[in-house]
Amino acid sequence: MNKWALSVIPALLATVFSTQTNAAELEVKVNIPRLNAAEYHRPYVTIWLERPDQSMAATLAVLYSQETRGADKGTTWLKDIRQWWRKGGRALSMPMDGVSGATRPVGEHTFSFTAGQAPLGTLAAGDYRLVVETAREKGDRELVRIPFSWPARQAEALQVNGERELGAVLLNIKP
Amino acid sequence: MRFIIALFALAASMAAPVAYGHGFWLLPSSTVLSEPDTVTFDAAVTNDPFHFDYRPLQIDALVITAPDGSKIDPFNVGKGALRTTFDAKLEQKGTYHFAIVREGLRANWKEGDQNRRFMGSEAELDKNIPADARDLVVTETFNRVESFVTVGVPSKLTPSGRGLETVASTHPNDLVAGEPLVLQFLVDGKPAAGVKVEVVKGQTRYRDSLGEQVLESDQDGKVSVDLPTAGMYWLGAKLTDDKVAGKRASKRALAYMLTLEVLPQ
Repeated sequence: MNKWALSVIPALLATVFSTQTNAAELEVKVNIPRLNAAEYHRPYVTIWLERPDQSMAATLAVLYSQETRGADKGTTWLKDIRQWWRKGGRALSMPMDGVSGATRPVGEHTFSFTAGQAPLGTLAAGDYRLVVETAREKGDRELVRIPFSWPARQAEALQVNGERELGAVLLNIKP
Repeated sequence: MRFIIALFALAASMAAPVAYGHGFWLLPSSTVLSEPDTVTFDAAVTNDPFHFDYRPLQIDALVITAPDGSKIDPFNVGKGALRTTFDAKLEQKGTYHFAIVREGLRANWKEGDQNRRFMGSEAELDKNIPADARDLVVTETFNRVESFVTVGVPSKLTPSGRGLETVASTHPNDLVAGEPLVLQFLVDGKPAAGVKVEVVKGQTRYRDSLGEQVLESDQDGKVSVDLPTAGMYWLGAKLTDDKVAGKRASKRALAYMLTLEVLPQ
């Protein structure tokens, strides 16, 4: 072993590991604001990706009430997350492994999605919009979009603020 | 408003047979469902779409077709003074089709200076028209009142091939405010030009202007409907031709009515 080899091996190893551990990632932070409501129910929230033509590229998360009271099922109201429902949510069957979950309380909630793994999977290169859509029982509906390009060349931190039903929505892209 | 309906009836009895059928509607409580559920309907005959202030709609001829083509029966049928109500249990995923199709004969004639009208079967017609009826005109009528409700993903719709009906560029349970809707009208399954179409958004009593769209189908049977805002829309279409099936009539009057729910973006 000469010095040259010694200096190269760590670099090679780093390259090998980087492809395994540093896969591109989308990290989404959704802030559910505290609202002054007489009767508050946690919102239904979906996180999904759409293409420039507004068609759905992937559903990343669906938060809905897991309660079943007699004939009343939480899934009954999924249609109220209107755009997601129309653009493809209605073709999915809930619960969905790694995607669906219970509604969340007020506060910031972090969701991470890794390229090559469900539900993000292999996303074709191009322009996308992250969509966070929310609907609340006896409350309002809100939808925010964050445009981004995939794959990202460098780390990006994007943010948009909801007006009523959503606080800050942040998208951190790791290349 | 009753005065206007009376005028319509009068006009129908005199010269404009196509006016028959104006203002019939089926109003579902929901048109888009996530899960199998019960949907309830109002059915009435009024001038203002979906404002039941005149007469109930008879639903004896109602046919409910499930996504797999099977038929289901309405239940909890209530015959009110102003509206008929019924429930339908939607257990399958896909689009349910609700249709009331009425076919019959209508005779218009004169006795002295009085206009007379009778509607019914051929046998009844013979009993009810006097031998000395003047200016007798017999018309075959074919009316279809429709509504659609979808559980989950909308199903592809196939026209029946009978009477006046329409094929929509966007599924009737998939309409969003601001997106264009092209309807192709068919008569006996073939594109029909010259179909008179009227589209009115509901809740007319809360505004001064009806804002109705009056359209006529082109050579391909098509009209382009503007749905600028979310809400329930009533669509009425009519056409008169001479393609009669029986021997008594010289004309055929076709009418078609559809309820469309348009959701916000």
